[in-house]
Amino acid sequence: MTIALATEAPVFDLPGVDGRQHSLDDYADKPALAVVWSCNHCPYVQAWEGRMIALQREFGDRGLALVAISSNDADNYPEDSFEAMKAHAAEQGFNFDYLYDEDQSVLNAYGAERTPEVFLFDAERRLVYHGAIDDSRDEEGVTQEYLKDAIEAVLAGEEPTVGDTPPVGCTVKRKS
Amino acid sequence: MEIEFLFWDGCPSHPEARQLLDDVLAARGLDVEVHVREVFTQAEAEELRFPGSPTIRVDGRDVDSEGSTARPALNCRIYHRPDGRPSPVPTREQLEAALP
Repeated sequence: MTIALATEAPVFDLPGVDGRQHSLDDYADKPALAVVWSCNHCPYVQAWEGRMIALQREFGDRGLALVAISSNDADNYPEDSFEAMKAHAAEQGFNFDYLYDEDQSVLNAYGAERTPEVFLFDAERRLVYHGAIDDSRDEEGVTQEYLKDAIEAVLAGEEPTVGDTPPVGCTVKRKS
Repeated sequence: MEIEFLFWDGCPSHPEARQLLDDVLAARGLDVEVHVREVFTQAEAEELRFPGSPTIRVDGRDVDSEGSTARPALNCRIYHRPDGRPSPVPTREQLEAALP
């Protein structure tokens, strides 16, 4: 089950495509933490990746850490293997950490179901926004920038106006 | 003319793709039955050479030949718009070009 608003961020300690381990505590000095369930092979993720990069570029200096996690079963979806993740991050020029949850334990702790699916935590690491990045996979069709607005609110020390939206995308590929 | 529309319900793009297909058929004035088939298992995906959802074939030919040879799998299929951007549905132009 997906964690509820106001829930404290479940801990994680996962390998990143940069060759380092990344834990929740590593981002303790960031006033906003956006954990985004992601993967390589999903066209919805690919459609939104540019906006993920843009958000980290726009808000990174102000204290946002955007962290993407892939939990997909790489045995049945080899496009999502750790090696493929490294290649994809390099090709796309990711400016955020991209972590691999091979045993799906972090997936189970958060209860993500889709890619992309956002969990935004405030400075106290309470969940303040969950759901979609915005309201259109086509950039030109966006009318509501849910995640951007929520980040602005968190960085201003306020509660986001919209706390929950339905994530739209591929299903997370669980191990059978 | 035979049109097959194959989809996997785990990907949310099939209603949009089906609507687009119906729109293109209507715009062409084509009253054709669309054979819809839901793919449930990996074994079915392999049997049907299903490279992802949705897959649309006109007289057996995939509307996106480039993507048709991808590994059969229960996932969302990646199409590309004319500017190269990825999309989970084919473009109107791809569907129009596939029709006689």
